[in-house]
Parts: sequence; structure tokens; C-alpha cells
Amino acid sequence: MSSHVDGNALAGPFSEVFRTDMTTAVCCCGGCGDTTTLATEMVYGTDALAHGSIVRCRSCDDVLITLVETPDRLVVRFPGIATLSVDRDTPPA
Amino acid sequence: MTDWKVGTVTDTRTETPTGRSITISVDGWPGNLAGQHLDLRLTAPDGYQAVRSYSIASVGDATSVQLAVDRFPTGEVSPYLVDEVLPGDQLEVKGPLGRWFVWTPEDTRPIQLIAGGSGIVPLIAMARAHAMAGSTTPFRLLYSVRTPEDRFFADDLAALESETFHVDYVYTRSTPADWPTPPGRVTREVIEAVTIPASDSPGVFVCGPTGFVEAVARSLVDLGHQPQSVKTERFGG
Ligand SMILES: [Zn+2]
Repeated sequence: MSSHVDGNALAGPFSEVFRTDMTTAVCCCGGCGDTTTLATEMVYGTDALAHGSIVRCRSCDDVLITLVETPDRLVVRFPGIATLSVDRDTPPA
Repeated sequence: MTDWKVGTVTDTRTETPTGRSITISVDGWPGNLAGQHLDLRLTAPDGYQAVRSYSIASVGDATSVQLAVDRFPTGEVSPYLVDEVLPGDQLEVKGPLGRWFVWTPEDTRPIQLIAGGSGIVPLIAMARAHAMAGSTTPFRLLYSVRTPEDRFFADDLAALESETFHVDYVYTRSTPADWPTPPGRVTREVIEAVTIPASDSPGVFVCGPTGFVEAVARSLVDLGHQPQSVKTERFGG
């Protein structure tokens, strides 16, 4: 069984892309419609955070987000997300 | 966007047979809330970089942060931090990060903290914030470790105990000599016996290895806690 951590771990890489803390963003899965804080989704592969991670829906296991990091680039894909919404009052990451 | 900053190790302390705490002074560190983490980046002489997330044990406006690291024998980063890093060494950090697994004194619910192993790190930050703020809201910590020697921050936790902060230990492999119960896991029955009941509507923060966190979170919901009042942080393993 491969182990996972929580979406909490995404705060660092996402701080390079978004202005606010995305771990408190509300995420709706395009596959099953489950809606929850990004911090509570499942993140695989953070042992190799410098290389890449996969975020899966906590409810249906669909791939929501992929992140690939190299020294020069951070590549983010959102294959399974219907909506990602943020509170405009969230302080900067 | 949060930039990488250079930190200098100012202190290291052996906490357990496999873990230690490290204090890092970071120029320009803006302070942090209780429960936040930082990303730590190590660069090898050949340019290879490794990044790991660590919860912060300290809290407040200081420009230094305290981390605690447990050695994963197969890890790339933790053996260096546990066995090799010395005061004066420089590390790159980015943070503070994350605003979800966080406690602030404005939260006046009773608070139950549940830690497995080095999962104590963000939770002791919350206990420290509670003490620093003079908060009178009831705090309780259930701390599961293999043996008495495996407790991180044992003295600090003892010093924090007060009318409004109580610590309960659960030993899973071996107990102190005069301990009233045999070693065992944090079962639903243990949680029911020594934590704030669901009827008091506490906020609950759980941090530890994935299996521990999932078992505890399930037991809490079985015991009537609202899933949204239970916040978890897993660190793999
Ligand atoms: Zn889903």
C-alpha cells in the first residue's frame, strides 16, 4: 500500500502559483462531486516533492491535480477538478 | 508568493533515540501561527535538491523556528537532519505555510489534541500558543508513543501542564515501570476514556502517521464527533 499525506502539504508548491493559501480553498471533484477543503484531499508522492505529486479525491480516488517540479519549472495540471473556490479574505500564502 | 529564505541552525537537542529538535534562525521570518509548517530545501554539492515539509513546534513573532525530525532510515533528508546537521549550518526554508491545520486564541471551543509519535510537533505549537495567550479554554492532549523514551518534548509538555492543559500518554510497546495499564494502541475505548467528549463540541486536531490518523479519525466519528470539527494532518509512513 502506498501511503499518502493530506493536501496540507501542497501549501509550499502552490504558494509559487497562487496569491492566497490554497490549502483552505474548497475543491469540487469533477468525477463524484465531493466537495471539501483542499487540505483534506489525499496527496501521494510528497516524499519526492522535488519531483512530483498526485492529488486524489478523498472520496472516489480520481486524480484531481498533478504537480511536477524541476529546478526551473513547476507544472500543474487539474485533470479532475470541477471547481476550486477561495475565500477572498484569505491572507496571502 | 513565498520565497526561499536562508536559515542558520542555532541549536539541536536529542529528543528520542531516533529524533531530535532543531532550532533555525531565519532572517526575515514573519512569525507563524500554531500548526503551520515550512518547506525545507537541501542542495547537494552536485546541485541535486530535495524538499520536505516540516511542521513547526514553535509559535509567535520570533524570527527563529523549532522543528523536530524523526529519522526514516531510507529517507534522503531526515538522516542528515537527525544525525549530521550542526549549529552554524545553513538550510533553506520557505514559509510559514498552510492556514487550515491551525489553532488561534480566537477559537474558544474546548480543544482535544491527539498525536502519534513526531505528530506532536504542530500540536505542541498549539499548546504553547494556548499558554502564551493565557487562554482559559480547556485543552487536552492524548499522546501515543511506543515507549517512554520515544516522547518528543517530554519536559516541555510537563512544564506546559496547567489547570487548562492536561496531557495523557498512551504507550504502545512498553510503559514506565509503575504504569497502571499494559501497552496498547489508541483504540476507540481509550479515546472515549481520556478525551473531551463529543457532547462538549470540541475542536479536535489529530497528527501522526497515516494509519494512526485514519484509525483515530474513524473512532472519533464513531464516538459522535462531527467530521468537520476533526482536522487531521498525516505525515506518511
Ligand atoms: Zn471524487
